Amino acid sequence: MSSHLALRVTNPGFSLANCILWGAATIAGTLIGLIVFVVLAAAMPALSNVGLERFVTDASWHPTSDQFNLAPLIVGTLLVAAGALALACPISLAAAVFVTFYAPPSIATVYRRLMELFAGVPSVLFGLWGLVVLVPLIAKLSPPGASLLAAILVVTLMVLPTIMLIAATSLSSVPIEHLHGARALGFSRASTIFKVIIPAARSGLAAAAVLGAGRAIGETMAVMMVAGNVVKIPDSIYDPVRTLSANIALEIAYAMDLHRSALFVSALVMIAFVVVVVWALELLTSKAAFQANAD
Amino acid sequence: MQIDLIAVESRRRDPWAAILWVVSLAAISVFFCVLADIVWRGAGQISWSFIVEAPRNAGRAGGIGSIVVSTVLILLVCLATALPLAVGAALFLVEVVSPVHPVSRFVRVSLDTLAAVPSVVFGLFGNAFFCVVLGLGFSILSGGLTLACMILPLLIRTTESSIRSVPQRYRYAAAALGFTKGRTMVRVILPLASPGILVGTLLGLGRAIAETVVLVFTSGYVDRMPSSLLDSGRSLSIHIFDLSMNVPGGEPAAYGTAVMLVCVLLVINGVVLCLAKLWKSRTGLNVATAA
Repeated sequence: MSSHLALRVTNPGFSLANCILWGAATIAGTLIGLIVFVVLAAAMPALSNVGLERFVTDASWHPTSDQFNLAPLIVGTLLVAAGALALACPISLAAAVFVTFYAPPSIATVYRRLMELFAGVPSVLFGLWGLVVLVPLIAKLSPPGASLLAAILVVTLMVLPTIMLIAATSLSSVPIEHLHGARALGFSRASTIFKVIIPAARSGLAAAAVLGAGRAIGETMAVMMVAGNVVKIPDSIYDPVRTLSANIALEIAYAMDLHRSALFVSALVMIAFVVVVVWALELLTSKAAFQANAD
Repeated sequence: MQIDLIAVESRRRDPWAAILWVVSLAAISVFFCVLADIVWRGAGQISWSFIVEAPRNAGRAGGIGSIVVSTVLILLVCLATALPLAVGAALFLVEVVSPVHPVSRFVRVSLDTLAAVPSVVFGLFGNAFFCVVLGLGFSILSGGLTLACMILPLLIRTTESSIRSVPQRYRYAAAALGFTKGRTMVRVILPLASPGILVGTLLGLGRAIAETVVLVFTSGYVDRMPSSLLDSGRSLSIHIFDLSMNVPGGEPAAYGTAVMLVCVLLVINGVVLCLAKLWKSRTGLNVATAA
């Protein structure tokens, strides 16, 4: 891509436009730095007065009486995210295979458009549905209803469209030569898909799952509405659970001093999760690009 | 390639076909059930007076007039900030530096990270920075600015791809006519890229209107009619959340508001699809219709 060349030749010297654009890019590029800095600065009092290790070794999470154990919240977050991914990944893969290889083109297009629509549905709507429909249903099965299971199901709904759309894109970008080769060898449609296409697209599929994980970890409103929000590592799938993000949203309104600062520490933990996710994604997609080039 | 495979396969039996049809249709019907449930419970609430009246009795009675106004103001602040920044940064990435330039790579990586930051972290940042450090308090301005930070990566990505898809010959033609760089961008490139930018803006708008937790921390809960941008204002999504969680007996109004939100999203989605189709038929270029 050499679009910049044509313009660069026209006016090599100083230009106002250039300055404005550099300014905009600088703001956009440094915004993440500002966010990390602000969160870190607000987390500093807790980090220096409480110390990092007490956030996992304290007896419990009672920040008003100087107990700062984040472990149950971290476990809660990971359980919800893992459960949701375990449900959403196979279903989205099936749906992605369906729209790419099985559905007639017209149905496939409509299916994709609908998934694009559902990917943008506000989480608060899923939360409302979970609260009014899902939680009472689970309560009939095993009270209290607001539970890890409810949170997992609601988050599954939230991440499924995203994972499915990305998975479908990576399935359809497998080189056509693979298909021709499989056909020449007399593979059936199912073996072509499961033995050739899915292995060839695995980096892209993994990237879809990783992106879903990022969304599942960050989800706040819907989880908060259906999870019951008790700070305790759940014993069963019917027990209530509280996630890091729900904890922040529940307590920020009245948190003071060290408590408020401790909430910013939990935000730092979430940023750390996200950075891991982004790096994993970067690794996977660069691997995918490498594979595509090798093919 | 779909047709390719299907044509060969129609003569053979494939046990997977049935399973995939059932799973996929079951998955999408769950979403239909959720939306149908919301519309079924909430459609009866919708009336002209519900849309224009102020909420009474913590939202159980009255309408959502002041909340609609607050939501619109928050979105206007958000777009007024994010759109110029996004267009500037996207022009920078396409027209000023080459993709391998270190600054361009730095901006890209930091935007990718920004896009992955959970919204609750944006909320905390907005609360600490706009509300406390800049002293804006819980206000429509704080909320809109924080949302602008949140949708910026999405806006830049969509804007960048539509600027990139402007054919190279236009740039050469402008250069041959002796246009300066700035003039080329304003008179040639931006007009050609504008449908794509519009689609990106609508997608960003959809993301912003769906957001709840960011606004809980920055624009607050107050459901009165805002008199300035420095007033606290409640968005539609917060209204749904508050009515369903904190107000006993608030569910009917919550469902009414939810139906409004669904309608807005359907309209945004429809306009996006129409624009993308229109642009494709005019120029033959594809526009991404999903965020």
